[in-house]
Amino acid sequence: MQEEIATQRNTNKPLQLNKKKKKVTKDQWIAISFLAPSFILVLIFVYGFIGWTGWVSLSNWNSLVPDMSFAGLKNYIFLFQDFRFQADLRNTIFFTLFFIGLVIVMGLGLSILIDQKTKGESFFRNIFLFPMALSFVVTGVVWQWLLNPSTGFNQFLKVFGIQPKWYTDTNILAGFEWGSIEFGLPVAILAVVIAAVWQMTGFSLAMYLAGLRGIPEELREAARIDGATEFQIYWKVILPMLMPITVSVVIIMAHISLKIFDLIYAMSGSGANFVTDVPGVYMFEATFRGQYYANGAAIAIIMLILVAVFIVPYLLTNRRSDS
Amino acid sequence: MKKLLGFFSLLAMVLVIAACSNSSSGDGGDSAEGSDGGDSSSESGGKVEIFSWWTGAGEEDGLLALIDLFKEKHPDIEIENAAVAGGAGTNAKAVLATRMQGDDPPSTFQVHGGAELNEGWVAAGKMEPLNDFFEEQGWMDKFPQDLIDLVSKDGNIYSVPVNIHRGNVLFYNKHVFEEHGIEVPQTFDEFFAAADKLKEAGVTPLALGDKEPWTATQIFENILLGVLGPEDYRGLWNGDVSFDDERVVEAAELFKKTLSYVNEDHASRNWQDAAQLVGDGEAAMINMGDWAKGYFSNDLNLETNVDFGYTTNPETDGEFMVITDTFGLSKGIENPEDVKQFLSVLGSVEGQDAFNPLKGSIPARVDADPSKYDQYGKDTMADFKEAQLTPSLAHGSAAAAGFLTKVNQAVNIFVTQLDVDKLIESLKQASTEL
Repeated sequence: MQEEIATQRNTNKPLQLNKKKKKVTKDQWIAISFLAPSFILVLIFVYGFIGWTGWVSLSNWNSLVPDMSFAGLKNYIFLFQDFRFQADLRNTIFFTLFFIGLVIVMGLGLSILIDQKTKGESFFRNIFLFPMALSFVVTGVVWQWLLNPSTGFNQFLKVFGIQPKWYTDTNILAGFEWGSIEFGLPVAILAVVIAAVWQMTGFSLAMYLAGLRGIPEELREAARIDGATEFQIYWKVILPMLMPITVSVVIIMAHISLKIFDLIYAMSGSGANFVTDVPGVYMFEATFRGQYYANGAAIAIIMLILVAVFIVPYLLTNRRSDS
Repeated sequence: MKKLLGFFSLLAMVLVIAACSNSSSGDGGDSAEGSDGGDSSSESGGKVEIFSWWTGAGEEDGLLALIDLFKEKHPDIEIENAAVAGGAGTNAKAVLATRMQGDDPPSTFQVHGGAELNEGWVAAGKMEPLNDFFEEQGWMDKFPQDLIDLVSKDGNIYSVPVNIHRGNVLFYNKHVFEEHGIEVPQTFDEFFAAADKLKEAGVTPLALGDKEPWTATQIFENILLGVLGPEDYRGLWNGDVSFDDERVVEAAELFKKTLSYVNEDHASRNWQDAAQLVGDGEAAMINMGDWAKGYFSNDLNLETNVDFGYTTNPETDGEFMVITDTFGLSKGIENPEDVKQFLSVLGSVEGQDAFNPLKGSIPARVDADPSKYDQYGKDTMADFKEAQLTPSLAHGSAAAAGFLTKVNQAVNIFVTQLDVDKLIESLKQASTEL
């Protein structure tokens, strides 16, 4: 079956192009034949499986025995009434806000400092870029140690008489009732944010540094001649010009943040009362520990939708500017 | 040019075909291999793949000793050790589920006796019954009946138990107990009295590390066993006793009270970190399965009955919360006779005595040789023969994985919120799936 489809595609495509453009050049033929295999593979193994996951999420398959009978939105309704999933959504919102905000502020701040043409610039740039070379799992394990209430930083903070509980803190700040959970900032999520920001700041720093380097010196000169202070130059001239970079950073960080799994799994797990749980961790546990395949698929689809909320508008504006 | 194009479209097709038919070609290879070996197992050729999550210190040694013993007896059968690392089998179980659903089962695999086996793989139709095999090996009276029941569904036996762990053990630091003049507690009242005394003296009474929530679930199941007794505890899983029974509520209240005696940083510790508190004398007691004994003596170099002692959880004397690792025969494999050869070694006295002293568990057979085991093992083996066996929930023996996941979830919430009504309600809701 699939081979048939594949051959059909291979022969159909050029025919359609023939109609439109009359003649296909040799280069185009080569391009098509190079792209076709990966196109077909992506079609099956990405979009095909997204479709399959969506189909599973509408089924009754919640045990080891596959049961593909149609369940409607049962799994989704269950999730939105579930304490754990509501907590996950809350945590994702706060994690994303703090994570993206801090990555932008820290990256921008550090890149401006490095851009001052201080000595040892490459040294600092490398220092800040290094964490990016690590996997989230390593970061998670290391920070789990550093922020452990009975070891790590707290041994040092003890001198000052403060001992934060970091990711084991079960407090939720400024909460109000929302569904079955308390909606407010879970203090524990901040510990995870610190680790994630530590890892990803290097990325936004590199992006901003490239952007700063791309701004012509003449612009600054002109502003200086007009009598602008250094602060005004940054605030009124340079920052607006960095806007496209900020958009890229937000998009990339948003999808990392919405689908984050490994960092949290390695660092804090679900946490007491699910204060550091995220949909990724729930999806893993529901599917592979609880054998709730349909529920797990539903979580995966919701995560896809969350990411799409960020990515799709970006893709659309990109397409508009392309054409 | 046309040649080039033809070549690329061919390449594209080959790629697609290869991608789509990967599994079927794999099967083809297997069956060719299997037919070589034929059914006559005594000859040669077959390969037995042993799937487990035994990659840690003592447990891997045990498995390798067992494999060595098998190789000695059947040099003609090839063994493939397909162990997947990861605590408590979390990774291995995911890999196993994927392989099973892809119709690529391992020849035999580690599975906890009880619901994990019966409600999971047996219900999914993935296991071969082993009744005749048990009769043939003369095992029907070598394993306790309670244990055989744990690996049976609808009158069919589905796997061979290789070891036994006990879940209702209370380990305690002997020095701390002596220093504060604490008697070993046997009842809930004695336990709480001792805990109060320890708390006053500035020692954490009970160590808990619930970074992974099963440790808290384990305390709860032992309290349930203590309050309900073995009969009604088992009744929870077959529907005879409801989860809003007043004794379950009483157990939840006791659980709540117990949690007020644990170390404050329990959420950042795993069970080893918690056991270490007891070893160091910062905490006095811990409820843990007897793998903690291995941790105390091998990792912390503590001496049994000198540095640490052990007793049963309050009011569970004469009861045995059983966790058993078993191996069965997967359906649809090529060389079941070879696998049976392996199972017969696994279930023999010799096999069990090769495996268990290294793993730190006790043999599942009642006629094994106690002299091969240390004092703790001897005591536990004696208890095992006398005691009433009850299936552990926290380790997947009492109820299916889905229910366990939900209970772990409810317990995780309870540990923070300490809301008894909410816990009972969640349990009741989850039990509709039992």
